[in-house]
Amino acid sequence: MSSQKESTVRTLTVALLVCLVCSVFVAGAAVALRPTQLENRQLDKQRSILAIAGLGQAGMSGQEIRDLFEARIDPRLVDLETGTFSDEYDPIAYDPLLAAKDPDLSKPVPPSEDIASIKRRERYSTVYLVQDEQGELQTVVIPVRGYGLWSTLYGFIAIKGDLNTVEGLGFYQHGETPGLGGEVDNPRWRSQWEGKQLFDENGELEIEVVKGGVDPQSAEAVHQVDGLAGATLTSNGVNNLLHYWLGEDGFGPFIANLRAGEA
Amino acid sequence: MSQATVKEVLFNPIFNNNPIGLQILGICSALAVTSNLKTALVMSIALTLVTAFSSMFISMIRSQIPSSIRMIVQMVIIASLVIVVDQVLKAYAFALSKQLSVFVGLIITNCIVMGRAEAFAMQNPPVLSFFDGIGNGLGYSAMLIALGIVRELFGAGKLMGYTILPVINDGGWYLPNGLLLLPPSAFFLIGLFIWALRSWKREQVESPSYRMAPQVSSKEAY
Repeated sequence: MSSQKESTVRTLTVALLVCLVCSVFVAGAAVALRPTQLENRQLDKQRSILAIAGLGQAGMSGQEIRDLFEARIDPRLVDLETGTFSDEYDPIAYDPLLAAKDPDLSKPVPPSEDIASIKRRERYSTVYLVQDEQGELQTVVIPVRGYGLWSTLYGFIAIKGDLNTVEGLGFYQHGETPGLGGEVDNPRWRSQWEGKQLFDENGELEIEVVKGGVDPQSAEAVHQVDGLAGATLTSNGVNNLLHYWLGEDGFGPFIANLRAGEA
Repeated sequence: MSQATVKEVLFNPIFNNNPIGLQILGICSALAVTSNLKTALVMSIALTLVTAFSSMFISMIRSQIPSSIRMIVQMVIIASLVIVVDQVLKAYAFALSKQLSVFVGLIITNCIVMGRAEAFAMQNPPVLSFFDGIGNGLGYSAMLIALGIVRELFGAGKLMGYTILPVINDGGWYLPNGLLLLPPSAFFLIGLFIWALRSWKREQVESPSYRMAPQVSSKEAY
């Protein structure tokens, strides 16, 4: 028994059979669950866009989120080089994060300018427009990402129709320390962003996350947000990623064009 | 060993032979996923299921596995189960799977799973191995849940995401201990739990691997 069990042929047969059974099992599970997973990912993104744009409430069902998103949000593709809307791709199917990995669809960011540490930036990105009942632009939701302390933070910033006042900021994916940098998810901290002004009168980007607390008497207070206690590097990361994505290399030209009505 | 009963294999690992407390296995994930109770619970369930089913499957084919490749065969079975668990979590508990991130995948390398496969499932029938897996999973779970409760309650003032101690950041009175949210705190806590466990069950205290020679007179020591 034992000598037969240890023979080379037998060893190979057992190895082969085990691999075969296991791979069928794993592949079967992956294929069967894939549609549900994609749906989840889509839903998760839609939920965070709605939340940041200040629409809907917590605890909505998947169907409610899809319906509300469909009804209120208009995804549009933006050419970051020219800062104008583009119809190059279908904005729903297009994934800016995948594009950022594709050499044909992105460009490397030189280290000196790469304050958000994203390394490559896609040429086309998606913004989400929210219109009010009169068809006026109510909110623009812009995707942002950048490095914090441990991880890249992926999120959105929602800007009101005047293209200067912040409606909200939130991250849907990050790996910062829970309780410290992870407090970027804290509703109290996030609520500070509402009403902050991104640009000054001369159109300079002034928004800033400051270490310690904001002095409410200061003239700059309208541009400043308290840093996170115990999480200076995450706070700096948030500051940098906003400066990158709202700056010249990011959505700066698009925002300027949109304000001038030329996007 | 061959006389082990279902009841024994199911309940012994919880206090008498706790995989973390006595065998000191699976520490890595115990540090990583216990900063809140919810992830600790999901991780516990995932690990219990993987240990139980991998032990059962390995036990079913134990007489067929050539000993030269037995570890690889065990790994393949464990890895397949872990991938399936990961996929199921991504499909049905997306928010949680995001928080657990790589740690579900790392169940593959969790010593408890491999340890039970090698130490128990290779010598025992499938049903008993299945319950042995459940039992060890429960032992791991008991430790994880205890850690999760302490860390989330005193580190963030919450349990399962519900506020128990209102923290100062949210306008309450409790100043949370940030250290508890960082992985090293679990080391201290596990140490304290092991101390408590061994004070209660004296037989778990290991005999020292060396003994100090009796002190010579204080004069000679200088």
